Amino acid sequence: MRGKMEDSCKSEAVISADRLTKRFGDFTAVDAISFSVARGEIFGFLGANGAGKSTAMRMLCGLSKPTAGKASVAGYDVARQSEQVKRHIGYMSQKFSLYNEMTVRQNIALFAGIYGLRRREIEERCATLAASLDFTAEMDMPVSVLPLGQQQKLAFSVATIHRPDVVFLDEPTGGVDPITRRQFWELIYRTAAGGTTVFVTTHYMDEAEYCQRVSIMVDGCIKAMGTPAELKREYGAADMDEVFRCLASRASRQ
Amino acid sequence: MSGAAIHAEGLCKSFGRVKALDGVSVDVERGEIYGLIGPDGAGKTTLFRILTTLLLPDSGSATVCGADIVTRYRSIRRMAGYMPGRFSLYPDLSVEENLTFYASLFGGKVSDNFGMIEPIYSQIAPFSKRKAAALSGGMKQKLALCCALIHQPEILFLDEPTTGVDAVSRKEFWDILSDIKCKGMPIIVSTPYMDEASRCDRISLMDSGRIIETGALREILDRNMMPLLAVRGENNYTLLQQVRGEAGVEQAYLFGEYIHVFLKEGYDGRALSSLPGIIEAGSIMPNIEDVFIKILGKGNER
Repeated sequence: MRGKMEDSCKSEAVISADRLTKRFGDFTAVDAISFSVARGEIFGFLGANGAGKSTAMRMLCGLSKPTAGKASVAGYDVARQSEQVKRHIGYMSQKFSLYNEMTVRQNIALFAGIYGLRRREIEERCATLAASLDFTAEMDMPVSVLPLGQQQKLAFSVATIHRPDVVFLDEPTGGVDPITRRQFWELIYRTAAGGTTVFVTTHYMDEAEYCQRVSIMVDGCIKAMGTPAELKREYGAADMDEVFRCLASRASRQ
Repeated sequence: MSGAAIHAEGLCKSFGRVKALDGVSVDVERGEIYGLIGPDGAGKTTLFRILTTLLLPDSGSATVCGADIVTRYRSIRRMAGYMPGRFSLYPDLSVEENLTFYASLFGGKVSDNFGMIEPIYSQIAPFSKRKAAALSGGMKQKLALCCALIHQPEILFLDEPTTGVDAVSRKEFWDILSDIKCKGMPIIVSTPYMDEASRCDRISLMDSGRIIETGALREILDRNMMPLLAVRGENNYTLLQQVRGEAGVEQAYLFGEYIHVFLKEGYDGRALSSLPGIIEAGSIMPNIEDVFIKILGKGNER
């Protein structure tokens, strides 16, 4: 088997996509997108419903094979080394991330086991995680009784328990109060400061402003990419919401 | 009919040990868009379910369009259009079939009140044969709104209509609500997103089963005016730790590209401008989210 791809050795790009494409029949869901994300960067992947974000993300996670183009994640080719990719990433979605009927401790042990951690490591990381989330009695409660904000922080911690190179967050923070939401973003910043690359999709443009760089997808293509400040300047917009509407209202897909 | 669209006093509702509503009083006038703004678990949906007569309160009372929610629940069900947060469409029915179904529930036909929904329906009409399950988020919301309006209600209840919908569709949806309001229909709408407060005539901020502020957005901002700094650095995460260690800083938190800083009395925050790696620092007006954080923060100290 071939080792890590050569281009990722040259730079610190942890994700790189080169004309990555996915077609379903005659429909091109993702149309030759190219971009790269550096180690420890927080990258926002934005787009309207149906723009192709989920399809692109599935390819980057090694769950769907590209029709054309290529991409590497954590140094592995997403098409030919998808199992290696899966070992080096974490994934969290608001829709499903934890088993509600199981206790916090059971969830941590389950996911850590799936990611291949050994029993002793699992115990150690359970303890570290309990300390960082300020959990004591909560460790042995079912996840369902925790407030939503705590669940989200736990889900994020579980998705990064194996210290992956990249963590993919699919609309992570809907519906929580503004204080909890900020605690969540602080957790993301802390993880990124520790060297994990954060790749996040969201519909909420105020959330995009927390990212160091964002891309905006329209009809399968990346139409804009840059820091939030650069994009606001380029489009003469007061906030990212305005930038997004300016681009996405030109979409032709329904 | 005269009087308030909604008058609720001291509504309480508990589920086991959880106090979902803890003494909620609300007055909604005719012809206004009234926003209930708060996080998940604040009690918004419970309040909607009580006002639409799907739940009985443990205590307190309320009227909707003058009718008592307990004794005259039948007339409220006819007068109210309700778009629940999670479910209102049948995914296996087509756009057309969903609409016909809702009209027939109230003993009517789609044509009876088509004028009311036409401007909205025309946007989804090209997909009338498509199954509801195959619609995009924005189109689903438009269809659900049509279904809530098809029986000519006198008041509209919308529970988180824009959750999970992209920014373009959200704006279109709020534009539609403004049009409906112009026809004189009162609308009570809930949302977890603070930025939607500006689209409402009046709002209540809700948290943990209680209303913590009520008024027009401008009034609430004026009432809670306070000095606030916005700072930005090369690395906001390290800057945040430094700012929190500075004298005179009461509270500092991430806010998009910036860090917002509340100062203790007697401090002007000039010292912050000389922190290493700082790019800009300046005074700003607090927005609704800052106000919410400030009020919630105080609540936590109790």
